[in-house]
Amino acid sequence: MQKPILEVDGLKKYFDIKGGPIGRKVGEVKAVDDVSFTVMEGEILGIVGESGCGKSTTGKSILRLIEPTEGKVKFQDQDITSLTNSEMRRLRKDMQIIFQDPYASLNPRHTVEKIISEPLLVHGMTSAKQRLDRVGELLEVVGLSPYHAKRYPHQFSGGQRQRVGIARALANNPKLVICDEPVSALDVSIQSQILNLMEKLRDEFNLTYIFIAHDLSVVKHISDRIGVMYLGRMVELTEKNKLYDNPKHPYTQALLSAVPLPDPDMPRNRVILKGDVPSPANPPSGCAFHTKCPQAMDICKEVRPAFQPVEDNHFVACHLYK
Amino acid sequence: MKLDERKPEEIEQQITSPVNRDDRPDVEQIETVSPWRDAWRRLRKNRFAMAGMIIILFFLILALIAPLLTSYSYYEQNLANRLLPPSGEHWMGTDDLGRDILTRIAYGARVSLQVGFFAVIGALVFGTFLGIIAGYFGRWVDMIISRIFDILLAFPSILLAIAIVAILGASLQNALIAIAIINIPIFGRIVRSRVISLRAEEYIMAAKAQGMKNGRIIFHHILPNSITPIIVQATLGFGTAILEAAALGFLGLGAQPPTPEWGQMLASSREFIQLAPWTLIMPGVSIMLVVLGFNLVGDGLRDVLDPKMRN
Repeated sequence: MQKPILEVDGLKKYFDIKGGPIGRKVGEVKAVDDVSFTVMEGEILGIVGESGCGKSTTGKSILRLIEPTEGKVKFQDQDITSLTNSEMRRLRKDMQIIFQDPYASLNPRHTVEKIISEPLLVHGMTSAKQRLDRVGELLEVVGLSPYHAKRYPHQFSGGQRQRVGIARALANNPKLVICDEPVSALDVSIQSQILNLMEKLRDEFNLTYIFIAHDLSVVKHISDRIGVMYLGRMVELTEKNKLYDNPKHPYTQALLSAVPLPDPDMPRNRVILKGDVPSPANPPSGCAFHTKCPQAMDICKEVRPAFQPVEDNHFVACHLYK
Repeated sequence: MKLDERKPEEIEQQITSPVNRDDRPDVEQIETVSPWRDAWRRLRKNRFAMAGMIIILFFLILALIAPLLTSYSYYEQNLANRLLPPSGEHWMGTDDLGRDILTRIAYGARVSLQVGFFAVIGALVFGTFLGIIAGYFGRWVDMIISRIFDILLAFPSILLAIAIVAILGASLQNALIAIAIINIPIFGRIVRSRVISLRAEEYIMAAKAQGMKNGRIIFHHILPNSITPIIVQATLGFGTAILEAAALGFLGLGAQPPTPEWGQMLASSREFIQLAPWTLIMPGVSIMLVVLGFNLVGDGLRDVLDPKMRN
């Protein structure tokens, strides 16, 4: 692998819970609780986890669309958490995001042309002619046509809108794109088209993706490395094949055993987890997973396991591996 | 999920060709309907709104052609002709000072429409500005602005207008300022709540992710998307402003004689209700019709522009 493009170190995002008559702070939701990882240039890092585990918040905190509570985010060796707003705005050219819901992420009052050309204008392409050419070019890159530029988002299907969203993200030739569940709102048949398009674009434009999803097969298909999150924490991070062939963390094992197999008669060892996921407002002590872990030990209730390598390139946060 | 088993070239072909499986069957000529034209098209089908628009148009024309309509003056007294009933000579009769009522109604339409227009514009500009600031920046800015709105809304509006006019002095212009002020929180609150709900929209976050400045986000993304409730409120507010101006005129706090203001016309002829009812009926009906016209159009606009009414 090449050099790292993004280093996330100890990222935390706590949301305050306000209550009482005067809106006092009565607690906090630990949406992202001490997450660290590195993304190499040109790779696709998948992040999986169930709903509410903090994957999207992680993605948006990295871009400072949600201000992180604590932690460092280094993009191309520059700590972006300390940048001023105007410095950050300039840097957004290189770090883009594709949103989950293509029905909500496009301004309904703007034509496709305006949607895609606005980032160009903001980052200094002042000539209208140039912008129009670039919009046409981008529309073709994502599999639409230049004549679509005059239309409004409501005149498109979900898959087409997501293509518009991708074109907007790519407008300024970014280096890193955070894909926040870009296909989960789409039909399965459209999902594969968009995934293939994204892979093609990665090769063509030398992009790096952080691919956030809850669908394990989607992540497996597209990612080089995969991180698994549980209750705001990263519990396992390794290369795709290592993770699927040899999952270390009990949560990952349970998660992977839940993936449906094509043959229902095939023998399998399902790990069934009991009970609900604890609330992130009041996470369990020690390892957040110990309340549901089939292999929980005494130490798990008291000491939070460190996120450390147990093998080459295989990080796990679990007391089973020391 | 089952992934593609086709050859890479086929997939390549499919994803790069303009017409995809997820494309609706479409042709290049497909019409691009801007949301505004679409709204107008549906508004035209609304009979009540159209009736309201005709009423407004009628008074607008009346106001514009007032000097051409009659040869009478709206202020010159002719005591020989006082309190004449409607006739061929004076279509709406004359008032207690012998002035032609039709003439005074037509010139009065100028006054009322002007007051309505400027009061609404004033309230709209300041209310929208404050509402956007409060909604977009939140926290203590919102706290301060919202409490000011609450205080303004705690007074009965006409009482507040009277207080403002009492401070500034009774004149049409001051009545206009008072009406604008009491309408500021109404616009402000609508815009504020709209901005707060918009701020949570993903396309606003997307605009931020593109690297846009707050000013650009506000003017290109927030404002265009909050314009429809503003338009509806402005139309309805036009009617209320006219009504409030008439009320202030009636109380002697608005337009001063001999300005032919409808409310003031009502006040000056109320002693003659038994003797010459037309002196009251004409301005009264005019006020009622104009306000009705604006309310009908406002309701029609609300139906047409409210996204929840779309099918």
